[in-house]
Amino acid sequence: MDEIAVYNQPVADPALIACLHCDLLQRLPDLAPGASARCPRCNKELWRRREDSLNRTLALTLGAAMLYLVANSVPMLGLTIVGRDASTTVIGGAQHLWENGDQIVAILVLFTAVIAPALQIGLMLAIVLGARREHPPRWVGMLLRHHPTSRIWSMIEVMMVGVLVALVKIADYATVIPGLALFCLGALIFILAGMQAAFDPREVWERIRWAEEGARRSAADDRGVAGETS
Amino acid sequence: MSATAMTAMQLGLQSCEGCGLLSRPASGENEGRCPRCDEELTFRKPASFQRTWAYLIGAAICYIPANLLPVLTTTTAAGAESDTILQGVVLLWSPTGWPLSLIVLIASIMIPSAKILALVYLLITAQRGSVENNEQRVRLYRTIEFIGRWSMVDVFVDTFTAALIQLQPLMSVEPGPGLLFFAAVVVLTMLAVESFDPRLIWDSASTKEVSHA
Repeated sequence: MDEIAVYNQPVADPALIACLHCDLLQRLPDLAPGASARCPRCNKELWRRREDSLNRTLALTLGAAMLYLVANSVPMLGLTIVGRDASTTVIGGAQHLWENGDQIVAILVLFTAVIAPALQIGLMLAIVLGARREHPPRWVGMLLRHHPTSRIWSMIEVMMVGVLVALVKIADYATVIPGLALFCLGALIFILAGMQAAFDPREVWERIRWAEEGARRSAADDRGVAGETS
Repeated sequence: MSATAMTAMQLGLQSCEGCGLLSRPASGENEGRCPRCDEELTFRKPASFQRTWAYLIGAAICYIPANLLPVLTTTTAAGAESDTILQGVVLLWSPTGWPLSLIVLIASIMIPSAKILALVYLLITAQRGSVENNEQRVRLYRTIEFIGRWSMVDVFVDTFTAALIQLQPLMSVEPGPGLLFFAAVVVLTMLAVESFDPRLIWDSASTKEVSHA
């Protein structure tokens, strides 16, 4: 750590929180698995406790990873018109834009349809695997802190609707052949929704090694018991 | 709940947007880091009003060419034809295709304009210190946060139509200049929503409650 970080002092009661949508101070109740707590003032869901969160999330993340790999390696759409064939993959769509002078939109399509979903799945896999350890290392927190961003920009379900509209449009001129990737993407939408729903970030945050502790530790002793830093 | 609703800011506490931990800055300091997840902490998103306005004005400017310039150019043996977003909606409209036409109409025309208007309303009421309809306003914020991504539909429609229909010299489809502006509207409004801090909706209500207490 190059600069000296000034850390805030945590409040004594770990159940005391403020709603991120209205800043109301409140105490989170202890929830049974499956139950959720909402802010009494603005109705934002503050926490939903999940049953067996890490195992279920891991299973769904692995499923999502496999579907993602297939979806991005085989054709998504094909067409036949008067004896001529054409087909495209997800990346092929972005590539065509790039080659035809629309580089900025090509990057946006690549980012929202390919890169952000990969981050959403890949980061989640690393988070869950790290969090399953007895003492989750600090990098789990770093990834978890940035995971919501990948989720916002991952737009597989939006792409799917776009592809279906394109498919119907093209069906006026040509015979459209839905590819294997289309079905994989359709399944991936539900698996990703399940993955996010099974995951309970609060459970991970409660067990994670604190940043402040890590900073203090690395400053105090650089010799012994480290091992799980990265 | 007790009768006096207190916010974290009134007690000098900051909650972490990364991990949710509530913590108190060191005395004399306004900004520190979250001891749990290392995020830089502030009471409210930094320069939320200015940044949201900036993204929003950018989006409003791009909104005009996005709707006036063609997003798709179709070249056939009979010649070239360019369509704007609205023309694309009209073209899709048919006895069987109207549900898809409706999806594009809602996603590409109604959602972006509704989003810009809703954010303008949220910004103006929050900056004027309104204390009315707070629940509805935060619900409006959550709605535009949730539906905003769906505007990208048209970008994907045009991308994959252009990638597939490459049957020179019979027929080919290329994206038009309007697509870039349309994509900019979607991205800028999403960034505007991210920059807006919904807690600002409640801040004047909180100070009023305190002064009346």
